[in-house]
Amino acid sequence: MLNQDLIETLTDNCAPIRPLPHPAWRALVWFAVSLCYVAIVVAVMGVRPDFVAKIADPQFATELAAAFLTSVVAAAGAFSAGCPARPIWERLAAGLFFLLWAGALVVGCWRDVDAFGVSGLLSHSDIYCLPAILAISIPAAVLILSMVKRGAPIAPFVTIGLAALASTALAAAALRLSFRQDAAVSVCIWQFGSVVLLTGIASLFGRALLHWTRRDELMASFQADRR
Amino acid sequence: MSELSDTSNDRESRWRALMASAQDGDHAAYGELLSDLFPVLLRFVVRKWPNAHDTEDVVQEILVSIHTVRQTYDRRRPFTPWLMTIAARRVADAARSRYARGANETTVDVLPETFDGDGAKSEQETRDDREALRRAMAILPASQRQAIELIKIQGLSLDEASQVTGKSVGALKVGIHRAIKAMRQALERIG
Repeated sequence: MLNQDLIETLTDNCAPIRPLPHPAWRALVWFAVSLCYVAIVVAVMGVRPDFVAKIADPQFATELAAAFLTSVVAAAGAFSAGCPARPIWERLAAGLFFLLWAGALVVGCWRDVDAFGVSGLLSHSDIYCLPAILAISIPAAVLILSMVKRGAPIAPFVTIGLAALASTALAAAALRLSFRQDAAVSVCIWQFGSVVLLTGIASLFGRALLHWTRRDELMASFQADRR
Repeated sequence: MSELSDTSNDRESRWRALMASAQDGDHAAYGELLSDLFPVLLRFVVRKWPNAHDTEDVVQEILVSIHTVRQTYDRRRPFTPWLMTIAARRVADAARSRYARGANETTVDVLPETFDGDGAKSEQETRDDREALRRAMAILPASQRQAIELIKIQGLSLDEASQVTGKSVGALKVGIHRAIKAMRQALERIG
């Protein structure tokens, strides 16, 4: 295709478009919608009976807040990664809250050791956490995927990884609100571990889920629009 | 030095204004912007990837990428870093796909004789192939036939053929592409 022909074709197909809002604003929109969905899920599963007592525990409150903050900041990072030339720290910021979340879990493990000795570190299998987090996170993940697809696939692995972290962290927080699973090691391995595992697996699909539109595809779509 | 930076500041302001207008659907501004960007991107690709054989194709892919993600440009932010991030990513993608293709190809000094090779065929079959090709070439318009003769038969480069014919490299590429397509269809008809 001749250069001038391409420029003319692109120019002819220059429909007005609305620039994407700021990544933080998009993250808040996603978080608000997803939070409504999570609230419904928690209401259906039932809020844990000791919620009022637990939320007064600084370790539990910190863990829950860190999970929610990881979710919303990772979403902002995913949207930022889709906007060329935005500052790198926006992608890394979720790491801080992720570390805070991990730190809160480590403190919980330490407390269990203090209270029950080394036997407090014995974990029993909570394999249901993995499918539960996966299932709860799917609607939020579909929503965030449809939103990040409007961005540029500058860093597809990072974008999908952060989007998956946002969705799974939210799902893990929902589980903590519903289930009385308080053995810190179990939470660490089965809930936090599921989040890490699902995020890692999802990020491998980065390039398959986010890719540039090629010239021939775009030309074919213009022709299809004309028909 | 300050003159240089003034020029680049002017260019940046101009591009930002043109992109903002393009996002509002101003066709003329968009055409102007893309025409402005083409030589800049061409230089960028040549500098980043001096061994690229299809520089213009890479630049075209960058322009297509700019078109498809133009909603990600934030008018309050500088335009050039936005542009160059996309350009650098697309050059890297093009280089990666080239090397991935190359990894599946094997370079040999002497091509092995195959059943498609003339040496493996009888003299009669070879003559039939040449005759079929000659007939397929005969149906081409004169300009396309000349492009095929110069580039595919005499082995001239695109630049050399451009000097001989007085046509642009792009026009020759299009001519060759169309000629090969027409010849393929003619050969299928001939059987």
